[in-house]
Amino acid sequence: MTYEEILKALYEETMVGNAPRVLELTNQGIADGMTPDSILFEALIPSLEEVGARFERGDFFVPEMLIAGRAMAGALNVLRPLLADTGAETVGTFLMGTVKGDVHDIGKNLVNIMLEGAGFQVIDLGVQVPPEKFVEAVKEHKPDIVGMSAFLTTTMPMFKVNIHELTKAGMRDEVIVMVGGAPVTQEYADAVGADGYAADASTAVRKAKELIKAKRQLAKA
Amino acid sequence: MHTKLRSASKEVIMGHDVPFVIIGERINPTGRKKFQEQLRAGDLSQIEIDVQQQVEGGADVLDVNMGVPLTDEPDLLSRAIKLVQSKTDLPICIDSSIIEALDAGLKAYEGKALVNSMTGEDDRMELILPLVKEHNAVIMALSNDETGIPATAQERLIITEKIVRTVEKYGIPLEDLVIDPLAMTVGADTEAVKITLETIHLIKEKFGLNMSMGASNVSFGLPNRHAVNASFLPMAMATGLTSAIMDARTKEIGTSVRAADLLLGNDPWGGNWISAFRAQQPSA
Repeated sequence: MTYEEILKALYEETMVGNAPRVLELTNQGIADGMTPDSILFEALIPSLEEVGARFERGDFFVPEMLIAGRAMAGALNVLRPLLADTGAETVGTFLMGTVKGDVHDIGKNLVNIMLEGAGFQVIDLGVQVPPEKFVEAVKEHKPDIVGMSAFLTTTMPMFKVNIHELTKAGMRDEVIVMVGGAPVTQEYADAVGADGYAADASTAVRKAKELIKAKRQLAKA
Repeated sequence: MHTKLRSASKEVIMGHDVPFVIIGERINPTGRKKFQEQLRAGDLSQIEIDVQQQVEGGADVLDVNMGVPLTDEPDLLSRAIKLVQSKTDLPICIDSSIIEALDAGLKAYEGKALVNSMTGEDDRMELILPLVKEHNAVIMALSNDETGIPATAQERLIITEKIVRTVEKYGIPLEDLVIDPLAMTVGADTEAVKITLETIHLIKEKFGLNMSMGASNVSFGLPNRHAVNASFLPMAMATGLTSAIMDARTKEIGTSVRAADLLLGNDPWGGNWISAFRAQQPSA
């Protein structure tokens, strides 16, 4: 197969969630001398972007998005150590968790997939994450963004508690806070003092990139 | 085992040998922006429309949830309950995870309410069960605890057992306990519904308890959700589910539930099935 053919096949097989084939093609590409950058940015990320776009339009459904994400994750396991060697600047690190008292994770997982698909390094704390765990994880991983998910009107108030705890620990200014989940609105995100909100997974990725860009520019100025 | 819910004038029975109890879920502002704004402004008129539609759709019980962020939920919930009770004689399922709201709702309610919900977490049980006991209500309990939703049916059974022991300790009869065996999304996990069905089976075998759940979860993220839900409920009913929280406006699902009642021997001689058919016929 030519590089061109491998990239095309990777794009297509990722989109249909054929994890074994994506892994095979990734290994083959590397063995043939393709760069990990090329595989990531010319096949995997565009494929996941297309999956996200189709999902947003209602043409793709949850299981399709999940298997596409899983196919990409398999390839990333191969590529990540190689990418680290090239020292490429990461898009950003995203710490994610569903708040305390809430066990819903489908939305959060979809956002994770889209973030990874866009090249973010995602650290997932899982569900029922208490405030102290968010704080500890921010300390430990120093993410660009911490994302909090809540599916219930009754667990949404945890956003405010978490943000308060970050402030108390003196870390609020070091990290961008994004919130989301079915009942959350922009108005509510503003009220609890979050930096960003998005209504769906694709928008969350766009928003995350914007917020990081703005913050990095501010740091340079 | 018969679980009895009552309004001021009507009794609804949940059990393995009686028709399935449909709890209409629509009186809930989650994800309904306009409804939230109305409620925040003190306008409860949408509730009347929702009540009417759920009753027309064949709901046996009405779930009332007033979880509007940044409002006084206890006050709102108690006003909503009074309003619903003035419009229908169906019993109510009082839905909140804020203790003060449950307390206010129970105080405002006339009859024997279903309280939605608690989990197997010790601190939740300690707060909610005294209220349930005081108001002689029925409690719905999710088969999960502080560690999250158990991945296996066996683990959910263990949490159910813990809930059963605690409920007994508070002197609440087991017919006043309804377990939610947790319906997860089949679109996110291919085995999810099989685990739910196995949980229902185990809980029925071991404790004979009544069970209810938010049934539409199973089809989240999939196309043609109604058809998936309409297939799921009869399977769950055959396994031992005795109630579900669902949008009663979806005719396809309601019909499938009533057909399952008939097939499972819980609608003797097809009395309900035939009268529902007749009611649909144009009058001669």
